[in-house]
Amino acid sequence: MNRFVAVLACAMVSLSAAVAAEAPPGATSCSGCHAAMPGVDSPVPPLAGRNAADVVRQMQAFRSGEVQTTVMDKIAKGFSDEEIQAIAAWYAEQK
Amino acid sequence: MTAMTRRQVLASAAAASLFPRPALAQAAPHVVVVGGGFAGATAARALKKLDRQIAVTLVEANLTFTACPFSNGVIAGLRDISAQQFSYEKILADGVVVTRGTANLIDTQARTLIVGDGLRLRYDRLVLAPGIDINWDALPGYNEAAVEAMPHAWKAGEQTLLLRKQLEAMEDGGLVVISAPANPFRCPPGPYERASLIAHYLKSRKPRSKLIILDAKDQFSKQRLFQNAWKELYPGLLEWVSLSSGGKVTSVDPATKTLTTDFGKHEAAVANVIPPQKAGRIAELAGVADRTGWCPIDPVTFESKLQPNIHVIGDATIAGAMPKSAFTANAQAKVCAAALARLINGEKPTEPKLVNTCYSLVAPDYGIHVAGVYRPVNGVLTEIEGSGGVSKADAPRDVRALEASFANGWFKTITTEVFG
Repeated sequence: MNRFVAVLACAMVSLSAAVAAEAPPGATSCSGCHAAMPGVDSPVPPLAGRNAADVVRQMQAFRSGEVQTTVMDKIAKGFSDEEIQAIAAWYAEQK
Repeated sequence: MTAMTRRQVLASAAAASLFPRPALAQAAPHVVVVGGGFAGATAARALKKLDRQIAVTLVEANLTFTACPFSNGVIAGLRDISAQQFSYEKILADGVVVTRGTANLIDTQARTLIVGDGLRLRYDRLVLAPGIDINWDALPGYNEAAVEAMPHAWKAGEQTLLLRKQLEAMEDGGLVVISAPANPFRCPPGPYERASLIAHYLKSRKPRSKLIILDAKDQFSKQRLFQNAWKELYPGLLEWVSLSSGGKVTSVDPATKTLTTDFGKHEAAVANVIPPQKAGRIAELAGVADRTGWCPIDPVTFESKLQPNIHVIGDATIAGAMPKSAFTANAQAKVCAAALARLINGEKPTEPKLVNTCYSLVAPDYGIHVAGVYRPVNGVLTEIEGSGGVSKADAPRDVRALEASFANGWFKTITTEVFG
C-alpha cells in the first residue's frame, strides 16, 4: 500500500511540475544576453534570483538616463513600470 | 484498495497500451519542429521545458549545427570554425526526440510531415524554422555551381571555410568584392561586419589589397557607425558603392570572378556574392510562403497566416520591424513555445513583447549594436516608439571595446541557452 501511495505521489509531483510558471511579456527575451544557464563566461549579469526591487530600480535608472549604459537604455524605454515589475518579479523566482 | 507493487503498476500500464481503452488511448499532444537552428532548437527545448506532457520532435538534417553569428570572424582568420559548432545532445537529454533527416513533404490535411524517404510524423502543431535558402532565380549567373568560385558563405560551414581559404590564397594587392543584396535578407548588418573584418585581415596581412562592397541598397543597418569606423580604421582600403552610385550587381560570371553592375564590371581576386534569399525550402512545400518568398505570420502565436496548425519562426518569417537575426529567432521561438503550450492546453495565448539586440564587430576590439523592443500592432510586429536605436556615434574606443566584450558574451550566452 505504502509503495503504491509513493508511486502515486511521484506521479502527482511530476504532473504539477510539468507546467512551469509562465513568463510575463518580454521576460523570455532577456536571456538572449543575460544567461539563464550556469557557467556562461559573459560580462552581462544573470537575472535569475536577483532581488526584484533592485532590478526595477536599475531599469528605471536606465530608462531615465540617470545611469549611463550602452544598450539597456534603449530596451528599458520599451517597457512600462508594470511590465518591468512583472519581469523582475518573475526572474526573482527563477533559479 | 489492494496493494500493488511497482512491477504490477508497470504491468497494468503495459496491458493498457496493448489493449487501449478509449480513456487511456489518447496519445500525448505532439509538436514537430523542423530545423535545428537558433529558432527551431530554441522552440523545441523551450516547449519541452514549459510542458513536459507535450511530445516534441525536432527534425534536423545535420548532426552538428554551425552558427552564422561570429562566422565572419572565421572568414577573417580570427577564430576557428569549431567555435561555431554545436551538437544536439543536450536537447536530446532534455527529452526532445531529435530526428535526423530532411523534411520533404507535408500533408496538411492529415497533419503529417514526411521526413526523408518516408518516415511519417503526425503532428498536432508543426513549427517550421527553416532559415533561408538562396533565391537561385534572382541573380543571373549565380547558380549552385557558382558557389565554389564565388562563395556566398551566408550559411555557415563549408562555404565559410572556402571564403577564408580564398582570402588566404590571395596575393597582396588583390581586389576583394562583396555584393550585398536588397532587403529583406538574413542578418542585415552582416555584409558590413564581414567587410570590416576582412578589411581588418587585409590591413594586417595584405595591406596593398582593396575591398569593395557593391550594394543593391542606398541605406543599411548601423550605417553611420560602420562608415565612421571605416574612415577611422580602414581608410583607402574599404569602399562602399551604394545603389544610386551603381552598386547593384545585375549578373555575375564565376569563370572570371566578374561582377557586373549597370555602371561597369569588377573583376575580383576574391568574390563573395551574398545573393538574394527566400524562406527555406520546406516553407514553400508547406504552402506557408507567399509570393515574396517569405512567410506571413500571426505575431502573437507565430501561426502561419496561410496554413492553420503550422507556425513559422526565425529568418523565414515576415516579422514586421524585427530583423532577421539569431537574437530575434531565439526570442520568437520562446514566444511561439509559450503560445503553443497555451493552445495545446486549450488556453488563449497572451500578447507578447519581444526584444532584439544585435552586435557587430568592426574590428576584434570594436563592437557596435542595434537594439529594439517590439509588440504586435494591428497584426504586425512593430517597434515601440521611443525604444531601440544604435550605439552612440561619438562613443570613445573603450566603449567600443566594452561592446565587443558584450558581443562575445552574447554569443556564449545564446549558444549555451540553445545548445548547452
